[in-house]
Amino acid sequence: MKILVAVKRVVDYNVKVRVKSDNSGIDIANVKMSMNPFDEIAVEEAVRLKEAGVAAEVIVVSAGPTQCQETLRTALAIGADRAILVESDLELQPLAIAKILKALAQKEEAQIIILGKQAIDDDSNQTGQMLASLMDLPQGTFASKVVVADGKVTVTREVDGGLETIALTLPAVITTDLRLNEPRYVTLPNIMKAKKKILEIIKPEELGVDIAPRLKTLKVEEPPKRSAGVMVADVAALVEKLKNEAKVI
Amino acid sequence: MSALVIAEHDNLSLKVATLNAIAAALQCSPEVDVLVAGSNADAVVAAATQVAGVRKVIHADAPSLADQLAEPLAAQILAIAGHYTHILAPATANGKNVLPRVAAKLDVAQLSDVTKVISSDIFERPIYAGNAIATVQSVDPIKVITVRTTGFDPVSSSGGSAAIEKQEVTTDTSKSSFVGRELTKSNRPELTAAKIIVSGGRGLGSGEKYQELVVPLADALGAALGASRAAVDAGYVPNDYQVGQTGKIVAPQLYVAVGISGAIQHLAGMKDSKVIVAINKDPDAPIFSVADYGLVADLFTAIPELTKALG
Repeated sequence: MKILVAVKRVVDYNVKVRVKSDNSGIDIANVKMSMNPFDEIAVEEAVRLKEAGVAAEVIVVSAGPTQCQETLRTALAIGADRAILVESDLELQPLAIAKILKALAQKEEAQIIILGKQAIDDDSNQTGQMLASLMDLPQGTFASKVVVADGKVTVTREVDGGLETIALTLPAVITTDLRLNEPRYVTLPNIMKAKKKILEIIKPEELGVDIAPRLKTLKVEEPPKRSAGVMVADVAALVEKLKNEAKVI
Repeated sequence: MSALVIAEHDNLSLKVATLNAIAAALQCSPEVDVLVAGSNADAVVAAATQVAGVRKVIHADAPSLADQLAEPLAAQILAIAGHYTHILAPATANGKNVLPRVAAKLDVAQLSDVTKVISSDIFERPIYAGNAIATVQSVDPIKVITVRTTGFDPVSSSGGSAAIEKQEVTTDTSKSSFVGRELTKSNRPELTAAKIIVSGGRGLGSGEKYQELVVPLADALGAALGASRAAVDAGYVPNDYQVGQTGKIVAPQLYVAVGISGAIQHLAGMKDSKVIVAINKDPDAPIFSVADYGLVADLFTAIPELTKALG
């Protein structure tokens, strides 16, 4: 069985982003970029399924500028077998990515497609669900546990009130939540090995899908700042402030 | 122009988040219908007809809709989607799960976590964990929107008198099935609807200390319980306590952060709270930068003292 994993190159989660002074977007010049943390969990899960003998091959895909090759190399170092970059300098929105992934999943005949539940840059939380919809596949989103057996995948999901478990007939789409696994540290020998693995570069046009953006960003602004608060000396002072100044208790 | 709101419910009661989504819908269009798709959810339908501003409640009733699985629910929404210019759901686990499925089938974009409606096709939404606010315009004929509930005051749950329309249930050819559910049992207010929240972080050191310190303080305040990702990952509390970029987004009247350092991902989930109190032993903790009232103190003496002072 083949597993397809989608990864996105995003601003590293530790970076405090800045809005450009002309309000056209976020300033990402000279900012550290990394693999979206949820996607790292997705790669790790796929590699574990391969190590457990469930999957035969793990293919990682990214779509975006040429620098996404670094992100794909990281995924290969975690243990994916080969990589595909759909190279484009256009803004690719979730619906466009879902169409690209559909074309690739069909070509590769992937049985399981794993994605992060959301990218930490645009915070959309859409691509996995859209892909499942376009392919008429069942979906297990926000997964904290994945068990594959007998042509089915059982997914435990993090939902508002706690946990929920569903069973999906394969092929299926899974999106990862934080507690699905802890991705391994990438070792130097594995980084070296990853350099020799196949990384194929294709253009979106070769897949014949419509990738035109549907949302136009008119401006990007800083959120309103909170005014500075005060430090209180002790518990009594805190209680006094909450009762008489903030009047919230 | 008319809007459809997908009701958030558990077949027994209509969840408040629906009222926030209806408020957003009314800013998109004066004509707002609500879809209640469930099983034996008559009480939910009755409640929805009472909500102020609702024109019509569409009721789809079938066992396959009982568990809000994405596949049958999306099919149900798609069966009537063509009648609407806007389709909205609260940005809850259910809303986030189902609406992108609907958008993809309609070949339109989705606008996630909308916090402001500027016009019928221009919206504001936070990006980068709320560190930036994007104003976006949709060029699609149908706008599919998940609503960040903290961005909209809920409409009144009474005063309406909407008509009920039965909807035929689409055939279920679903390849997914419901296995089970482990819900956290609690008599406390729901995290996303609470007026006061007490949240604990890794500074507590253990799940026992969370129970010993945070729970009594929440009791004294009548508050809901929350936590940082670090506390959830360390196993102090269940996953549904998590407040943050990828957990629950909250904006209570009072948010008390106990032993939470304040990673940007946590701040993203609570910085719109009206009053923020931070108690931490580390004076350099980033949480103090968003706190209205900060107290540098040892949690193990300060929290019991605070609980006692409020009791």
